[in-house]
Amino acid sequence: MLGSGIIKGMVETARNFFGSYVSRERLTTVQYPEQQLAPHENARTIPLLVYDGDMEHLRCTACGICEMECPAQCIYIVKDTVKKSDYLGRMQFQPRVFDIDISVCMACGICAEVCPFDSIMMDQVFALSTQNRFSGLLLHKEDLAKANGYFHAIHPSDAGDIDARRDEDKRKAEAKAKAAVAAKAAAAIKSSEASAKQVEVAA
Amino acid sequence: MQTPEQIKSLIEQNVPGAQIELVPNGSPGGPASILIDSDHALAATTFLRDAEELAFDFASNATGIDWPERVIKEKNKVKKMVDGVEKEVEEITEKKTPAFLETVYHLYSMSLSTGPLVLRLRTGDRGQNNHLPSLTPVWRSCEFQEREIFDLFGIVFDGHPDLRRILMWDGFKDHPMRKDYVEPDDYEYEPTPHDDVLEKAQRHYAQEATV
Amino acid sequence: MTALAEPPVMHEAPPSGTIWRLAEDRSSFAGPTDDRAGGLPDHDLLEVALGPHHPSTHGVFRMDVVLDGEEVVRLKPVFGYLHRNHEKIAEKNSYLAAIPYTDRLDYICSMTNNWAYVMTVEKLTGFQPPERAEYIRVIVGELTRLFNHACLVGFLLQDMGALGTPLMYAFREREKILDLFESLSGARMMCNYMRFGGVRCDLPDGWIEEAKQVVAEFPRFLDEFEALLTGNEILLVRSQGIGVLSKELAVNAGVTGPMLRASGVGYDLRKVDKYSIYPRFNFRIPLGQHGDVFDRYMIRLLEMRESLSILKQALDTIPAGPIVDPKAKQRGLRPKAGEAYGRIEAPKGELGFYVVSDGSPNPYRFRIRPPSLINLTVLEDMCLGHTIADVVIILGSVDIVLGEVDR
Repeated sequence: MLGSGIIKGMVETARNFFGSYVSRERLTTVQYPEQQLAPHENARTIPLLVYDGDMEHLRCTACGICEMECPAQCIYIVKDTVKKSDYLGRMQFQPRVFDIDISVCMACGICAEVCPFDSIMMDQVFALSTQNRFSGLLLHKEDLAKANGYFHAIHPSDAGDIDARRDEDKRKAEAKAKAAVAAKAAAAIKSSEASAKQVEVAA
Repeated sequence: MQTPEQIKSLIEQNVPGAQIELVPNGSPGGPASILIDSDHALAATTFLRDAEELAFDFASNATGIDWPERVIKEKNKVKKMVDGVEKEVEEITEKKTPAFLETVYHLYSMSLSTGPLVLRLRTGDRGQNNHLPSLTPVWRSCEFQEREIFDLFGIVFDGHPDLRRILMWDGFKDHPMRKDYVEPDDYEYEPTPHDDVLEKAQRHYAQEATV
Repeated sequence: MTALAEPPVMHEAPPSGTIWRLAEDRSSFAGPTDDRAGGLPDHDLLEVALGPHHPSTHGVFRMDVVLDGEEVVRLKPVFGYLHRNHEKIAEKNSYLAAIPYTDRLDYICSMTNNWAYVMTVEKLTGFQPPERAEYIRVIVGELTRLFNHACLVGFLLQDMGALGTPLMYAFREREKILDLFESLSGARMMCNYMRFGGVRCDLPDGWIEEAKQVVAEFPRFLDEFEALLTGNEILLVRSQGIGVLSKELAVNAGVTGPMLRASGVGYDLRKVDKYSIYPRFNFRIPLGQHGDVFDRYMIRLLEMRESLSILKQALDTIPAGPIVDPKAKQRGLRPKAGEAYGRIEAPKGELGFYVVSDGSPNPYRFRIRPPSLINLTVLEDMCLGHTIADVVIILGSVDIVLGEVDR
């Protein structure tokens, strides 16, 4: 019968319309500004810089790998002139300037992927629009730096893995340092013993 | 599917006078490609399409490559008499490759499910001798792709039904995919100019100062 | 080279037999045109520029249409409004940095774009993705095909005048798949997920179960979608016998993907090239008979069902293991001098990448074979003799994304 296809279609639309009141499957949207869904753990927007303790202890060592690999060339780093001790006690440079132009950044996450110091990670903030096209969208070190606790809150499993690895490194480094101190002490004792022997022999 | 060598001899048998060369490919397992002289290209490709045992009825990809003049340094070990003793000495010879533009076609056969056959055509140089025969009469799929090559590389296809710019606008002068393409001065203020952008910015402000 | 003629001067009062130009004279008609469309009739014709901001052109795409009454006598597509020379950008960047740019080609199906590119580089370098990575690639690739086809049907119906409803239903289902993509890769559309010799990160816990649930619920949506649309008399009348594309022309013009198969040519790269691990799965290739808009619509619906079957098999049999080839290198990749052409069956057709390496850290030549652009070669042939309203539908059935057409 001509028109039966249209009637069948109407039945489907009615089913979907009334179904949207009862079924989550048929209504997947939420009322956005009032209701918000929690982002997925993997979700990424713009980069952030992780620090341990206070802002002066950024993990970043200004090595410039992210700056080089960034497909959009939106990272700008200037090395500081003085070195600071990092979590393993090695002396490292820190960035004096670390700017990301988020009007160019395309949130691909390659900087976070290539960073060898677990410093640059992907944030989950959104709704970043501002009224100033240039300075409003240029994020400086102070805007980008986020505490490790914040990083734990947004990417718990990644942060946990990284912390475990860093603790392990730290433990190893301390053990190594201890061993070195012990070896030194032992060597000192040995040499003093040896000199004592020499004294004996001489006597 | 026939090897590129077999296809080469098949074309040579069936298209009298065609000069065909095999171009090796350095990637693992990549097929060698066939370079056809441009005078016999149309006849040879028509043969490739219509021959029953080959039946390359589908030209998947057509693209250009720009090869400006390059200096290739080759290290050769040469035996020489040094102070009366024969010694092996490394000699570096510099060879200049001629500049040319190249089109590459990837042919497949839909009826036989074979392929790819990589076909190359080369122009005389990058200046005035930039003409190549169009393969659009053989495969319609080349129509837009050859327009694109004309647009971005500046190869002129003789026999193309509708050779106009396709991606750039009609009044555009240069060919952007050529290696020596100079970007126009389109610098816009950026808060953190660095590296390439910085050079661009300096050029831009220098030009502005002279105007 | 002087093919770029000066634009013709506008006539004060056009004499009979000329084309009345509504568009300003920057049109493609300034250049030489071929006579494939036949000579133009000698009474008054009307030239209309359809686009670039027409809602039915799926983006910034223009068709310069010459009309005889309401009948199309000539149609020239005009591209380039979204051209940013992706190929040049990729040639200046490293191999790795090209991956996020490929997301933005066909911005609906970023996963398959990634896949085609990394597959080409794998051919160039000889990396072997491990088993699990291949499974993940097939799963995300088929999910992409699912929502691409669902959206295409929605857009097509939108063009036919079914404002909103089918498109919203399709987007609702797409939403569920995009959620899966977000929890997997971190981004909904610009996934940037595949890497040379594997994928970037492993599946999160519980992802397979979620995906299984989405796949299990999808057939119900398809059934409803078909009940809503396939029997609808208006759709049948509008689409059957419209925009017929013959087998011979389709093959010669390099048309690929669902459009080719709607014309009755059984050419699917998943079967022909046997790339990745597709030979392990049971699936069929639906073929059309008439090559008209309706066949193109039906092919998409049938392909979705086959994709679901692949997905079920892949999700049930995905093995554990590493996800990246240990030999693979991402940063500072310098393949040996050589070239490779890799192609996959993307949802829109054959997506190919041609990469030439000269041994330096960035590709010497980087070329994308865009299925959307090449499928448009036959747009004029399909539209001649039809009305303007049909042109809109025919363009809708080609399935283009301008990010890929213009690159």
